[in-house]
Amino acid sequence: MLCIDASHMDYQQLNAEIKSSSGDISITGCFGQRFIGAGLEHRHIDISGTPGNALGAYLNGACIEVQGNAQDAVGDTMNAGRIIVHGSIGDAAGYAMRGGELFVEGDAGYRAGIHMKAYGDKIPVMVIGGKAGSFLGEYQAGGVIIVLGLSESSRPIVSNFPCTGMHGGKLFLRSDCKNILLPKQVTGHSATVDDLTEISGYVQAYCELFGGSYEELLHSPFTVITPDNQNPYKQMYVLN
Amino acid sequence: MTGEKIIESMKPMHDRSNGLGGGFAAYGIYPEYKDFFALHMFLDDRAARKSCEALLRETMEIVHAERIPTRTTPAITDEPLIWRFFVSPLRSVLASMQLNEEECVARAVMTINTQMKGAYVFSGGKNMGVFKAVGFPEDVGYFYRLEEYEAYSWTAHGRYPTNTPGWWGGAHPFALLDYSIVHNGEISSYDANRRFIEMFGYKCTLQTDTEVITYIADYLLRKQGLSLEEMASVIAAPFWSTIARKDECEQKKLLYLRKVFSSLLVTGPFSIILGFDGGLMALNDRLKLRSMVVGEKDDKVFIASEEAAIRVMEPGVENIYAPAGGEPVIVRVKEGKF
Amino acid sequence: MGIDYIYPQFEVIRNDGRCTNCRICEKQCANGVHVYDSVKKRMVCDESKCVNCQRCVCFCPAHALKIAKNDCTFRENANWDEDTIKELYKQAGSGGVLLSSMGNPKRFPVYWDRILINASQVTNPSIDPLREPMETRVFLGKKPSAIQRDEQGKLKCELPPQIELSMPVMFSAMSYGSVSYNAHACLAKAAQELGICYNTGEGGLHEDFYVYGENTIVQVASGRFGVYKDYLEAGAAIEIKMGQGAKPGIGGHLPGAKITGDVSRTRMVPEGTDAISPAPHHDIYSIEDLGQLVYSLKEATNHRKPIIVKVAAVHNIAAIASGIARSGADIIAIDGFRGGTGAAPTRIRDNVGIPIELALAAVDQRLRDEGIRNNVSLIVGGSIRSSADVIKAVALGADACYIGTAALLALGCHLCRSCQTGKCNWGIATQDPELVKRLDVHVGSQRLINLMTAWRHEIKEMMGGMGVNSIEALKGNRLMLRGIGMTDRELAILGISHAGE
Repeated sequence: MLCIDASHMDYQQLNAEIKSSSGDISITGCFGQRFIGAGLEHRHIDISGTPGNALGAYLNGACIEVQGNAQDAVGDTMNAGRIIVHGSIGDAAGYAMRGGELFVEGDAGYRAGIHMKAYGDKIPVMVIGGKAGSFLGEYQAGGVIIVLGLSESSRPIVSNFPCTGMHGGKLFLRSDCKNILLPKQVTGHSATVDDLTEISGYVQAYCELFGGSYEELLHSPFTVITPDNQNPYKQMYVLN
Repeated sequence: MTGEKIIESMKPMHDRSNGLGGGFAAYGIYPEYKDFFALHMFLDDRAARKSCEALLRETMEIVHAERIPTRTTPAITDEPLIWRFFVSPLRSVLASMQLNEEECVARAVMTINTQMKGAYVFSGGKNMGVFKAVGFPEDVGYFYRLEEYEAYSWTAHGRYPTNTPGWWGGAHPFALLDYSIVHNGEISSYDANRRFIEMFGYKCTLQTDTEVITYIADYLLRKQGLSLEEMASVIAAPFWSTIARKDECEQKKLLYLRKVFSSLLVTGPFSIILGFDGGLMALNDRLKLRSMVVGEKDDKVFIASEEAAIRVMEPGVENIYAPAGGEPVIVRVKEGKF
Repeated sequence: MGIDYIYPQFEVIRNDGRCTNCRICEKQCANGVHVYDSVKKRMVCDESKCVNCQRCVCFCPAHALKIAKNDCTFRENANWDEDTIKELYKQAGSGGVLLSSMGNPKRFPVYWDRILINASQVTNPSIDPLREPMETRVFLGKKPSAIQRDEQGKLKCELPPQIELSMPVMFSAMSYGSVSYNAHACLAKAAQELGICYNTGEGGLHEDFYVYGENTIVQVASGRFGVYKDYLEAGAAIEIKMGQGAKPGIGGHLPGAKITGDVSRTRMVPEGTDAISPAPHHDIYSIEDLGQLVYSLKEATNHRKPIIVKVAAVHNIAAIASGIARSGADIIAIDGFRGGTGAAPTRIRDNVGIPIELALAAVDQRLRDEGIRNNVSLIVGGSIRSSADVIKAVALGADACYIGTAALLALGCHLCRSCQTGKCNWGIATQDPELVKRLDVHVGSQRLINLMTAWRHEIKEMMGGMGVNSIEALKGNRLMLRGIGMTDRELAILGISHAGE
């Protein structure tokens, strides 16, 4: 495994070094270098420190593991691969991700999973261990977003305006969602056994990464949110 | 060489100008002040001279100032005050403004020419000077007593103005620092060139092609550090199809220069002679829409629009030829000679 | 019926003496205007469905048809014109946002038509383009502000990535989905043949068109449709779409009905699902965030692709462009308010944005004032209609132009402005296979090549007239332009003098 001390590198140097090597990589001393692993395939990158914005943008199969928090735009337009964050993440995570998996031990900021898609056999998955900020799953068009709410804080599992413009995919919240206001064009219902079976693999993977018992987690009440139709704005227009 | 010869050479060229501007540039004429910038200025009155001097003193030392000697002739009238200042930028100013002395002088010249009413710097290099006026060139030479100057390099020009009225500042050569340009023709790329070069601190005030070409030369040679040959490949860039036929190394260089400085390509007919410290460069537009002849004799090189002008100066001239369009003719004084 | 009844806009006039009841008009009209009445044994028509696309007129072998503006009108009113009244009825009846297509049709000034081009007489010779070399090649991309030399003093000739174009015109962004497969095929083929570029729009790149990579600009919009590594690396450049002239400040929205088979595969979204790309990129809420997206794309493509940032021409465009130029973009594309679209809310199309001529002039001057014009290339679009518009745009300061509507017209579009129906009889703005195949790829691409070849000749003629033998010497050469019938303010913004000055 190649070890890179990034403490005196700018992002271009660091990424050039990553691209010029071929095996797995361990990065230490990471402080804000952006675009780590952009478009990368088939590798494992372990990062100590705080990677900069757009970590794993356009990721195409590689696995990135962060020992700590990550910043904004994690997994932007990710196509395949896995990003694991042993901590919390900033805003707009998984923007337009089409495939791959994003596991976050802690909380997510605003607009997580915005524009998340699915295509063919690609089903993107985002699992947030803690709580999610506002606008979760905005314009979600596909894929699965799971929020487990495993944190001490008293704030709701998701803040304001989740699922605005959602027109595909599924969103799972480990909560009865009594205090969550959903927009008109989506429906939330209590998860059935079938629903939970669908996500048990992802929850299990979360527990393998960060600890905890997945059976126990799956025994809690879950709410599943799905859009009522795939064409939310069709009725809005009149041809002129 | 004294100025006498070059004045003679302009006589058969009389019909190429119309009496609305004539001028000369001479290199090596101020050996006693060779380390100082010689600013030649037209001044409307005494007040303009005073305020100009005050402005210069803010950033430089004036080691000598005097009226440029002239003689009266009915062919030249309405002359302004014509002065020369030998100056040297103050070290403290250069250090605090983080400038070299050329840039400091160039900026002062720009300030005077764009902002000071009644004052115009028409020459500002070291050990060189421009002499110009409204009139036919041979009369201008007589007026400035050019037979009294000795130079290793002379250029001369008779003007037939097209776009701007004839006035003293508008005559050629046009100069900035030790670059001077004489130019025949009218360039069609003027405003493209002007609007590009003005990004870099130059201010074109005269609406003349010559002014913009001078600034291009200063920008490419002094600020960008291009060689004369490279500069020629920018302003008279070879056609794409010509570049494609060059060898790979040359091709790379020509493509690079043309892409990077595309807005400094000069189109339309032109023949120019650039005078600089230590030599001359002559260049035609790439279609060669203007005439130019080069000849040699002993250690001298002659360049003119017409062979006749050369024959006047040197009847026994040898190796007469017309350079190809876009192909620079560069003449350098033998090393260490001056 | 009742209040909401709107009398058909057009009248289909059939010359019964000529009509042979061959029923070709019926086959040609996807809107179902023409029907054969087997009882009366003649063609009848439902004019309410007619959009005046002229398809039946062009294909009637007997020249028996013409479409005329209907003279059944409301009482004339200079304030409440007919369109305004009709639009109001539509909204009162439906509660919907009015949706239109193609560019702003309102009577706003077209500044191109108030600008005149110079020509040489005597003092500076014109050049004969049939005889002398006349160069139209341009390179788009960032140019270094200072040269560098190696230890031996040789010039280092590496440049940031550039797009090379044989002439300063490209086909602007039109997504597969908004236009048909065949329309894209025509654009791609023609671009390759011409040595220029076409643009995928935000709909991804169909697998069949990867072969045209060198002549392709791939677009990244807020919906990120079809964006993945191979796509980013497929083209000659990547364009980030921040805005569009026809609908500044709002996004795109391809209805699920148009997301069928191939379109869904190309966009990489499920069939039948709306493809929504809202106005903002959700990771760009300030100029430094744009820098982040620009550099993320550069990192993902190893800095081998120039990045274009496309914005709509809006009020503060000069400052916006300056910000873009300083955030790593290699090229800025500005789209004026007359730019076309497959669908835009009518009110936005007709009321938001500013003319491209003024935007271009302001941006070019601003970048020069800041000394950064050579750091970035400028592409302008939003109704470039002829070679004269191209010349004027270049002289105002553009490096190249985008044409969209003009290219579609070459393919047969008759500007009926009904793209949003998806029933384009010319096979352009439709996904209906029966309609799509009407657009013959060979014929269509040849017509585009013809158009561009003709424009290139005209560009050379006009350049020759000005005594300019390379398009580079025309760029920003505003002395070559004069205004006519403009106010001092307009002239000042355009940076040109009035005719006669």
